[in-house]
Amino acid sequence: MFINKLLAVAALCFAVGNAFATPHIQHWQSASGARVLFVEDHDIPMLDVAVSVPAGSSYDQVAKSGVAGMTHALLDQGADGLSEDDISRGMADIGAQLGGSFDQDRASVSLRTLSHATERDEALRIMAQVLQHPVFPDAILAREKTRLLSALKEAETKPEAIADKAFQKAVFGNHPYALPVSGDVPGVEQITTAELKAFYLAHYNASQSVVAIMGDVTHAQAEAIAQQLTAQLPAGSGVAALPAVAMKIPYSELRIFHPASQSHILIGVPGMSRNDPDYFPLYVGNYILGGGGFVSRLMNEVREKRGLAYSVYSYFMPLKQPGAFQIGLQTKKEQADGALALVRKTVAEFVAKGPTEKELTAAKQNIVGGFPLRIDSNRKILDYLSIIGFYDMPLTYLDDFTSRVEKVTVAQIRSAYARHIHPEKMATVIVGAPETDSGSAK
Amino acid sequence: MRIYCVALLLLWSQQAICTEVAERTLSNGLKVVVKEDHRAPVIVQQIWYKAGSMDERTGKTGVAHALEHLMFKGTHLVPAGEFSRRIAAAGGRENAFTSNDYTAYFQQLHKSKLPLAMKLESDRMHNLNLSAKEFAKEIKVVMEERRMRTDDEPHALLQEKMMAAIYQEHPYQHPVIGWMSDLEQMNVHDAQAWYQQWYAPNNATLVIAGDVHAKQVFALAERYYGGIPRQVQPVRRQFTEPAQVGIKRMVVKAPAELPLLVMSYHAPNILDPKLDWQPYALEMLAGVLGGNESAWLNKHLVREQQIASSVGVGYDSTSRGPGLFTLEATPTAGKTVAEMETALRAEIAQLVKDGISEEELKRVKAQVMAGEVYKLDSVFYQAMQIGQMESIGLGYKAIPVMLEKLQGVTAEQVRQVAQTYLQDDNLTVAVLDPQPLSGKPKHKIEGAAHVH
Repeated sequence: MFINKLLAVAALCFAVGNAFATPHIQHWQSASGARVLFVEDHDIPMLDVAVSVPAGSSYDQVAKSGVAGMTHALLDQGADGLSEDDISRGMADIGAQLGGSFDQDRASVSLRTLSHATERDEALRIMAQVLQHPVFPDAILAREKTRLLSALKEAETKPEAIADKAFQKAVFGNHPYALPVSGDVPGVEQITTAELKAFYLAHYNASQSVVAIMGDVTHAQAEAIAQQLTAQLPAGSGVAALPAVAMKIPYSELRIFHPASQSHILIGVPGMSRNDPDYFPLYVGNYILGGGGFVSRLMNEVREKRGLAYSVYSYFMPLKQPGAFQIGLQTKKEQADGALALVRKTVAEFVAKGPTEKELTAAKQNIVGGFPLRIDSNRKILDYLSIIGFYDMPLTYLDDFTSRVEKVTVAQIRSAYARHIHPEKMATVIVGAPETDSGSAK
Repeated sequence: MRIYCVALLLLWSQQAICTEVAERTLSNGLKVVVKEDHRAPVIVQQIWYKAGSMDERTGKTGVAHALEHLMFKGTHLVPAGEFSRRIAAAGGRENAFTSNDYTAYFQQLHKSKLPLAMKLESDRMHNLNLSAKEFAKEIKVVMEERRMRTDDEPHALLQEKMMAAIYQEHPYQHPVIGWMSDLEQMNVHDAQAWYQQWYAPNNATLVIAGDVHAKQVFALAERYYGGIPRQVQPVRRQFTEPAQVGIKRMVVKAPAELPLLVMSYHAPNILDPKLDWQPYALEMLAGVLGGNESAWLNKHLVREQQIASSVGVGYDSTSRGPGLFTLEATPTAGKTVAEMETALRAEIAQLVKDGISEEELKRVKAQVMAGEVYKLDSVFYQAMQIGQMESIGLGYKAIPVMLEKLQGVTAEQVRQVAQTYLQDDNLTVAVLDPQPLSGKPKHKIEGAAHVH
């Protein structure tokens, strides 16, 4: 029953706190040269650490695609004084988790461990060796090449992987962002341990590294940890800047045969960089176009109104240079051309007219209202620390986030999209294209 | 308020982790469980219905999942699409999932929005407005989901066909998403009947976790859910899968590059958390064989012998229906699935003969207990675990019991369950036989991926 008294009690208990505390980020440069971002939090007896370096796949050479990824993959497969089994067994013995991530820009190694000194010290000891003294054994490279080649050949049979590879090529042309993140078959076949060691020496440098620390340690302990993990990284001479991405691409449409029952469609262009002045208008606009879960325009047109696809989305991949703006969907072959036309029309309309005031208000309500969910765990905060440090974003990024979103206007979105997205000049890739087209390129 | 502490017996340190969980059952039978966590001003609401694909019957498969989709299509008070719009406008994230055993819906929001989430969720528990028009559109979405997740995914396709071979009688033989021909013939009345049968407060568990106070949650739950009438629940049909009486083998052909070998053994799951011991020993067996990169299969078959390019081990001790212990492996280039199977069998034989070391067992236990600490970083996952345990009938109070039992497993028990259950008469072997993408002429396109 709906009783007014209960309503009042509920309202009291759930008074909205406007000033939601963002984590207090401590920041310094380690004696090693590494930049450190630290949030001290003793709620859970555990520690998360991540070390990032600019050593992603965009630093690969075209003929040697895969060296960067293999360097990262082999870090924990043998270090000075530790076999690969010593490393994985040593971490498992104390319940610690050694992980990592790898993309076009960034290679990182991360650790989650209990914060009690016995587990923490042992986990950090192993991680320090992995980061600073990897050995890249010949026998292990040979084995891992065989495994990776199998995986790459398998990926070449999968429609989503085929589409992604062709899409990156169509969007980025000769820019290294077009290189497959894990490498390609001819590149991987040629990798030698000498190349891995050279790549490591050139790219895993203390002065380029960012250490993110989150959890149950003190400031003094965090300082010591940052030094322990980076003081012995190679000196290095700084990484050459990436070439600029060509922002204007011609219209293209690539149709690739595949026996799957669905067509996998990707559409896009080079989008925006992490520090693009249009970042917030583009981000908020994309929520309305195809980023906002069940309530975006693409979802509404393609799925809710017509039942044409299970998944349809758009997103910007913000990187050091502009990463891709990408729209994707899967739909059964017979209706693929119709769905593609509908998506193109929806995008063109959005770019031409921008969102409505009502849509913008709804977008802000979701992004601002949902902000606390972005930083509600140690894991999420650690990831923000790494990103803020790696991309030289302001330390107040999280504090400013909601006000930056609030300030976005319809006019800003329209002009930002007009600058970045030209619907008539986008790349389209269709894998498992409708049979009527007989699989030819056009 | 119930408080339980788990002593973490790690190699060097010992810590106690305490968890507070409060529960109340409303007069209409809805069980409300609250897990307070005040680290961030957010909450998650999850409503779990004890109805999954195992409650479906032949010819009507996929209806549990189809209804899950239709739950977003409006009620007599809230028009289609409006549920998602209101949650989005409140800054929320939401979704739902269906399994063999249950169907669940969730929203994550700022703590001030819990009343809104409860209002919307309780409304669709009893006011759903199913129309033939919305059904016709949504079933097409479900078919696209099936094509994407199963028909065009060789490993998922193999798993679907394998489950149909493993179970002769138990409804686990049917895929959660449903057979395509059942989806084609399903209508809005099937969905309506499913909704009427299972969507009732006395067949559900409400889990709220995050920055809340249990007393206030109970008051809100009473207000929003308390007025929904209890319904008579049908007696559930109990299935007993007939004993397997010999090895089963099957081949699935699909477009792929690499073969895959999957070996699944019937195995018990937890029925009585306190008295059982075998499911816990099987959990430890799975950990020793595949729980980390230094575990048996990866160490021996991927790293040392290099017969496999990847290996995996699966066992879930908690489910409504019968359990499976599964090994899978992709042979390395140049090795056959027959060689792969021989190698896996040799590992099992060695384990049954020599047993495992105390160090290996201790390692797996250390990982389990550290995982209990790491779990505290995810309020959502903690709520998931509570909802799941309630829905399968073991109850969340079994969670600390299970942790204690896991810590008590001996090396000899691990050897014994391997010997007892990893037997040919219990076994189904499935092989993915990779096929070229096409018999058609290749279309080599400049700049495109190599297609063959």
